[in-house]
Amino acid sequence: MTTTDGVPDPGPRTATQREVSAEIATAAGAAPRTDGHPERAYAPYRSTALRAPQRPLVVSPPSLTELSAPVFGAADVAPIDADLTRRHAGEPLGERIIVTGRVIDGDGRPVRNQLVEIWQANAAGRYRHEGDQHPAPLDPNFTGGGRVLTGEDGSYRFVTIKPGAYPWRNHTNAWRPAHIHFSLFGTAFTQRLVTQMYFPGDPLFGLDPIFQSVTDEKAQQRLIAAYDHDVTEPEWALGYRWDIVLDGAHATPPDVDGA
Amino acid sequence: MLDLTPSQTVGPFFAFGLPFPGGGDVVPVGTPGAITLHGTVRDGAGAAVPDALLEFWQAGPDGRVPVRPGSLRRDGRSFTGFARVATDRAGDYHLRTLRPAAPSDAPHAPHLAVTVFARGLLHHLFTRVYFPNHVQANADDPLLAALDEERRATLMAVPDGGVTGPGYRFDVRMQGPGETVFLDLSAHGLAQPPAETVETPETP
Ligand SMILES: [Fe+3]
Repeated sequence: MTTTDGVPDPGPRTATQREVSAEIATAAGAAPRTDGHPERAYAPYRSTALRAPQRPLVVSPPSLTELSAPVFGAADVAPIDADLTRRHAGEPLGERIIVTGRVIDGDGRPVRNQLVEIWQANAAGRYRHEGDQHPAPLDPNFTGGGRVLTGEDGSYRFVTIKPGAYPWRNHTNAWRPAHIHFSLFGTAFTQRLVTQMYFPGDPLFGLDPIFQSVTDEKAQQRLIAAYDHDVTEPEWALGYRWDIVLDGAHATPPDVDGA
Repeated sequence: MLDLTPSQTVGPFFAFGLPFPGGGDVVPVGTPGAITLHGTVRDGAGAAVPDALLEFWQAGPDGRVPVRPGSLRRDGRSFTGFARVATDRAGDYHLRTLRPAAPSDAPHAPHLAVTVFARGLLHHLFTRVYFPNHVQANADDPLLAALDEERRATLMAVPDGGVTGPGYRFDVRMQGPGETVFLDLSAHGLAQPPAETVETPETP
């Protein structure tokens, strides 16, 4: 890149969206992983370059420890933790929403009494984090973190506000589609999952290297919540439904604790 | 088999979503038998990773996997076996816990299960921390037995003193020279002990 007077630009060269979109298109041509997960080395997402292992993973049967999972209970999560709109004196700005669904394993069994955690930007697309330099306002009435335990049917429910899209520095004019980060536990440590939930119809999907790192189109759809008018509450909040499927066909661990 | 929900990166802003007070204090200071574990997470260029998150999950000293809630709001008495620590600006993390033991019939040597999350990591990584004092159990461990010396060393905690009791160091190298052994645990079924008879090649 050069400046208008022909002198090389002294700053670091960052790719244009057009260049990154071309890389996304190239990566989409490769055969997707059968499990739907992204490849860790995914060139359009620049930070993977130094953080994806180069050696193949070592295939190992799980240990007894890895076939069990931490237990969470009423001591860990207060009911108010599931409502991100009631943490401060006032109501946060933005579009109030309900996000609900079920956590199940690959065999369709509900993941019961297990921890679901979320974190997100505010309605303006700003995180309450020192590293977020996006010049959008913080909301004094919104922190953006929530926790809940799933019910007997694996269901969870959060009340929050719809997060805004936000810029990031992956390339010039890079913007993340609106999303809520999710963290999930199963009944085995091997089922651990951290992912992101997106909103239907977002115009930024095609441009975002993180969303596009899931190269299988059907798998991409599994990251997008559905608007559900039955979840919507009159005069109060719009409803979205998002079910989460964890890896699951492991043998049931033996009763190692004797409890 | 249902189609799985794909993984996405934890991103850079998990700090107000996932870490919790005392996340690395599985047991309080002064607990008899407590050990400390600390280390640095580094990337492929050897630079510290200040936005990684590690989770540890383990059996207790009795070889049992805990089934106690209370990790997120610790009561200072119950051993829950779960820790979650973010790296600091220097890429360092700190943990205080009890030594794990292995169930008597388990094929694996005592270890901590570890999950690594980070900005720039689209899917978390699994690894394990083993302890060098379990010489025989480590020799019999099916994972360790399958690795060469250099790679096995990346899973071994290194004794380094410790301020409040026995201390160990365990660094995570995400990529490059000395890259940590990361695991694919999707194989079904439980590990079996290695076969009784191992062919020893003749030394020419
Ligand atoms: Fe985000």
